[in-house]
Amino acid sequence: MKKNLVTAILMTIVSTILLGILYPLAVTAIAQIFFRNQANGQLVVANGKIVGSRIIGQAFSSPGYFHSRPSNAGNGYDATNSNGSQLGPTNQKLIDRVKGDTAAAQAENPGTPVPIDLVTASASGLDPDITPAAAAFQAPRVAKARGISQEQLRQLVANHTQSRQWGFLGEPRVNVLELNLDLDRQFPLTKPAKTE
Amino acid sequence: MSGFALAQYAIFLGIITALVRPVGRYLAKVFTGQPTLLDPILRPAEKLLYAMIRANPEREMHWKEYASCFVVFAGVGTMFLYAILRFQRWLPWFYPQWMTTQVTPDLAMNTAISFATTTTWQAYGGETTLSYASQMAGLVVENFLGGAAGLAVAVAFVRGLARDRTTTLGNFWVDLVRGLLWILLPLSLGLSVLLIGQGVPMNFQPYASAQTLEGPRQTIAQGPVAALESIKNLGTNGGGFFGANGAHPYENPTPLSNLLEMLAIAVLPAAFTYTYGMMVGRTRQGWLLYGVMIVLFVAGLLACGWAEQRGNPRLTTLVDRRPSAQQAGGNMEGKEVRFGISSSVLTAVTTSNDATGSYNSQPDSYTPLGGMVLLVNLLLGEITFGGLGTGLYSMVMIALIAVFLGGLLVGRTPEYLGKKVRAPETKMLMLYALAAPIGILLLSALAVVSQAGLAGLTVNGGPHGLTEILFAHASANANNGQSFGGLNANSAYYNLTLAITMMIGRFGLAIPALALAGSLGEQQPAPPSVGTIPTDSLAFALLLIGTALILTALNYFPALTLGPLLEQLGIAR
Repeated sequence: MKKNLVTAILMTIVSTILLGILYPLAVTAIAQIFFRNQANGQLVVANGKIVGSRIIGQAFSSPGYFHSRPSNAGNGYDATNSNGSQLGPTNQKLIDRVKGDTAAAQAENPGTPVPIDLVTASASGLDPDITPAAAAFQAPRVAKARGISQEQLRQLVANHTQSRQWGFLGEPRVNVLELNLDLDRQFPLTKPAKTE
Repeated sequence: MSGFALAQYAIFLGIITALVRPVGRYLAKVFTGQPTLLDPILRPAEKLLYAMIRANPEREMHWKEYASCFVVFAGVGTMFLYAILRFQRWLPWFYPQWMTTQVTPDLAMNTAISFATTTTWQAYGGETTLSYASQMAGLVVENFLGGAAGLAVAVAFVRGLARDRTTTLGNFWVDLVRGLLWILLPLSLGLSVLLIGQGVPMNFQPYASAQTLEGPRQTIAQGPVAALESIKNLGTNGGGFFGANGAHPYENPTPLSNLLEMLAIAVLPAAFTYTYGMMVGRTRQGWLLYGVMIVLFVAGLLACGWAEQRGNPRLTTLVDRRPSAQQAGGNMEGKEVRFGISSSVLTAVTTSNDATGSYNSQPDSYTPLGGMVLLVNLLLGEITFGGLGTGLYSMVMIALIAVFLGGLLVGRTPEYLGKKVRAPETKMLMLYALAAPIGILLLSALAVVSQAGLAGLTVNGGPHGLTEILFAHASANANNGQSFGGLNANSAYYNLTLAITMMIGRFGLAIPALALAGSLGEQQPAPPSVGTIPTDSLAFALLLIGTALILTALNYFPALTLGPLLEQLGIAR
């Protein structure tokens, strides 16, 4: 029995070195050589500074930008505190929150039902995407704020709409950060945007 | 349900089914010591390893010694991990400005036991609590060791069924090392690289500081995520690098990364049914178990998918939750857009069945019926593919109970693969069948009547709150680790009680299983007689499914009526 205890201890030590140090280092080496950008978090640089990560969502509130989904990561899109709302389906807080958010969204687009992802919190709080329906819903407001036609905007959104991966995996989605960056590039605001 | 959803499910199950035979054969070769392709590199490494750990690979063990190795090894791993977590401040890559959650002694002990038992229940969020060194030298190591240990026990169990008149079941250290070197390590290396290609980070940099487009700063947590991500799935562990686990874009960036991760979870447990069939010399038996697993899996998938696509009827009617080409619709609270409903449900059902605590959507926000499917998967005992190794011996234990029930029905001594299920074996089955209800029902009841237990309900109350508590105990007992996140389990009470539940689940399963295997291994098999119930027939498959459902229903139906069923009845207005 004592022999097995000694072996257990030795095995744990050896494994810590092999699997806890050597294995991660090996993976890091391969990652940094062949997949530099992905390995380092796909940080987006604009005008010489880091403005975010391509695959991590951030908050937007001004009328000239497409807005992201509600977020319960910290105070919203806190990428050091990923979380969802954890609200159950019969929780009154959820029902009230969705009612409020829907009413506010409808104010900008009266009469149109609001796509559900725009008023529901994502699982991570850092969802970088919105559905094409949510983008289409916000287009009239964004077009008006930027002073462009809806047709121009539709083309831009289409450029940033990813279809299902390999044709059948997952869902079609629009990356909000990349879309907004492109908006700023192609149709910059001529005067400072009013933040609501 | 959309055509795309069904296509995804069908392709997922199709790939698994296609891999069962080749992967199953490889596993059998590894554990019976037959030559494989990787031998030229791995055999020398294996010999070196035995020398370093002072193990004699030629010596076989009695079931008692095998079981004590398993327990002692888990204990040593727990102590090591506990030490690393408590001393992480003095290890490299500790950034105090972001480590806002304290690693208290009870959190460290709960986490250490959790990872050593492959539960990987996390009463914390990684990016605010653990340094990169803890995640690598601590968690990744136990992910490997816990997974390999469970697989080793399964191999010993199968040997007990396959061998006759023997008193030994193999050597724990040999099975452990072979599982690590030939299976988990190469697969993890490969999967890590594939995941990095999809966008999973692998760096040791400090958290990035970004200036968002609208002005406010955003600090973005980084880390050596890919190395953990692969073994988290392959070892059926599930503990995430970040708090949001597989919903976090860095852990699971694309629908393809999700598919790869789910395949990684399910393939080894599914293939092990074929390994079992090969090792006992009757591959039909393996396929029968696999078929039963598929039936239970698909039933859960369809039920959960239907409930989640239907969505939450309590939300205002001004919201559009119809599925279309422009949106997935359904219940999107606690879900990610890239996964919609179908990929979220596929992951939830796979992980709840496979003793893996990862997720890409928040179970707490699921509809009552959708969440109930996940809970029932846990309560069935993780037999549908199940955990690495543990899934197979759980399923066979249920099969033995089924054989016992069948024997009662026809008035014959129950037999399985020519071995008789007599009183000593039945005692072990009883121990196994009682462990879960004790761990789950007694401790859930205690939580519900105590201040400390109820204090965990910080988000949801009522029947949904009861479901949260039930789910936590079911998950700990099943060594799954998934949680309804609204329950604040980082309290001394839950850290203690859930750790106990995890140990009941891990050792209350493995030790009776090994005792059973030891006892069956000593028997001389009898040729099948007229009264033998054939265990490779459709009738037996139905008996097996029925037994699993009845055991679960008898134990847990009352609890389910007070939780998810009650909530479902109240939801339609």
